[in-house]
Amino acid sequence: MPELTYVEALNEALHEEMARDEKVFLMGEDVAFDYFGVCSGLADRFGRDRVRDTPICELGFTGAGVGAAMAGFRPIVDLRFMDFTTYALDPIVNQAAKLRYMLGGQLSVPMVARIPSGAGLQYGATHGQSLEAWFMQVPGLKVLYPSCAPDAKGLLKTAVRDDNPVMFIEHRLLYAQKTKQAVPEGDHTTPIGVADVKRAGADATIVGIGYQMGHCLEAAEALAGEGIECEVIDPRSLSPLDVETITASVRKTSRCVIVEEGHLRSGVGAEISAAIQEAVFEYLDAPIGRVAALMAPIPVQTKLEKFVLPSTEKVIAAVRKTLGVSA
Amino acid sequence: MARATSRLTRKRMHEMYRAMLRIRRFEETADDFYMAGKVVGGVHVSIGQEACSAGVCAALREDDAVLTTHRGHGHSIAKGTRLPEMLAELMGKVTGLCRSKGGSMHIADVSKGHYGAHSIVGANMPMAAGIGLAYQLEGKGQVAVVFFGDGASNNGAFHEAMNLCAIWKLPVVFFCENNQYAVSVPAEYSTSVDDISVRSKGYDAPGLTVDGMDVAAVYEASQEAVAHARRGLGPSLIEAKTYRFFGHSRGDPHYGMYRTKEEWEGWKERDPLIVCEKMLKMTAKQKKAHAEAVEAEIKEAIEFAENSPEPEESVALEDIFA
Ligand SMILES: Cc1ncc(C[n+]2csc(CCOP(=O)(O)OP(=O)(O)O)c2C)c(N)n1
Ligand SMILES: [Mg+2]
Repeated sequence: MPELTYVEALNEALHEEMARDEKVFLMGEDVAFDYFGVCSGLADRFGRDRVRDTPICELGFTGAGVGAAMAGFRPIVDLRFMDFTTYALDPIVNQAAKLRYMLGGQLSVPMVARIPSGAGLQYGATHGQSLEAWFMQVPGLKVLYPSCAPDAKGLLKTAVRDDNPVMFIEHRLLYAQKTKQAVPEGDHTTPIGVADVKRAGADATIVGIGYQMGHCLEAAEALAGEGIECEVIDPRSLSPLDVETITASVRKTSRCVIVEEGHLRSGVGAEISAAIQEAVFEYLDAPIGRVAALMAPIPVQTKLEKFVLPSTEKVIAAVRKTLGVSA
Repeated sequence: MARATSRLTRKRMHEMYRAMLRIRRFEETADDFYMAGKVVGGVHVSIGQEACSAGVCAALREDDAVLTTHRGHGHSIAKGTRLPEMLAELMGKVTGLCRSKGGSMHIADVSKGHYGAHSIVGANMPMAAGIGLAYQLEGKGQVAVVFFGDGASNNGAFHEAMNLCAIWKLPVVFFCENNQYAVSVPAEYSTSVDDISVRSKGYDAPGLTVDGMDVAAVYEASQEAVAHARRGLGPSLIEAKTYRFFGHSRGDPHYGMYRTKEEWEGWKERDPLIVCEKMLKMTAKQKKAHAEAVEAEIKEAIEFAENSPEPEESVALEDIFA
């Protein structure tokens, strides 16, 4: 199996889907000359009609994506930074998510919004947010967030084929990773709404979202050295959420920590934690732990940014706390 | 302001008159039903503005698209939307176009090229650009028309959409019904220009202001803009000066609050139905024939809607995902 980086996996998915279906097209700012590399080679191969640079108008081009989807195309809009989705919330939240419903099923909106997210590059409060929890609140949207190369390819291909609006969240630090992983060639699709157990263990469950999966796996590795075996679960799809896989693990471990990069309050962890206690309250031996960004805007200064964001150390501390063990 | 020439056939004029009367009678019925408590949700009627709906849609092919607003009954009807299912939608019946989940502000009949009323002011314009983009990529010569108000022309969505359509030469006609007010706020106050059509200059697109009470003038301007779009030359902006004879929505009086009686009466004299009757020198017999035909359609719609059932609760959880 070929080995690819996260960026290469996304790029391969885009190449394959655009070649497979001529109704698929991509638009956004600087997509033809994509400095992130995700869109490499697409403009040369498929032409500027299908790999379309837009003016800086997130409302305009996201709304246009909705319109093109209504008329039978499969647009992928590239929003560049999750922070910029604030300008595109109307077409996403009021239009894409609701049109099928409001029109009584007369049409659907098969649009993918690619949304690079996340902090860690000292871009600060308006270029480093993780707002995935916002979109989980909206009926009619699917929300996906792959943490590794094989899921990136498989989920993006599935998203493009899905007949509904999909928020496809990526992370800029995953773009920067040079490590390669085995990614199945050709028609590799990953189902939506199915979590993946990234590491098995019986002592505690760690649910990690997106880029934070890296910290979770590092924490699990370190804790294994102390004889604590963690089961690490990647939901991959935040909406719909595979509650079954998570609760099956918690039944076994009785302890759980949820790790996300978004802010703590009303975050992804709050929702998952509620779902766990509704389903398997009697199995829990300790309060569910949450590691998330502190309730401050993301600061630029490296030390401050680190203080606000989740880290491997914070995950380790949370797992220890739920197990009632000290370092 | 452009006025109609005499190139129009009498047959076409009669068709447009019929469409205007159909809209007028449908909306009068909707308003009566609203007062009688038979309508679920809000209703914004376009009575007084019918020439815009009828004139534009007469210039369209069946496979062209329209997108409209909260005040969209007229555009819907002129584009061929089925009256019985539309009235059923207003009345919260499961046989409604949107299975009772859209209501007056989200009427759509996609099978007739009607891509929806959109209740977020301005939101329909970027979507129209996207439909125009789809049409351009498909190359079948289809055109999308987006209706909006004077108020919406101050929204960023209008400007972003105009620019996209202009740079990509998309087949989209922007049709602004300047009825002088956005709820209670006069366009004169809220809008930087007297004629909204001049805003097209910022996008290097044709712009024209027409008499929105004259269906012939609206038709001719629309034909030109639609032909321009079909030839691949890009968007146009038409502004129709018009007036709503009713309040913004129910509960808002026809005049007295932010509009004077004199102003209202002045515009009422230019009722688009009367203007059209005069142009056609319509006989009493012709008028009666139009009225009877429309009455029969309204009666059929009422019967269908009143006899339709309400939805089961389970319908609330359907049509969320494809
Ligand atoms: C984004 C948004 N802001 C405000 C409203 C509330 N609203 C509904 S209609 C309307 C006035 C619109 O005026 P105009 O565009 O001139 O259309 P008209 O009602 O005159 O047909 C307003 C403010 C809304 N629906 N959407
Ligand atoms: Mg107005």
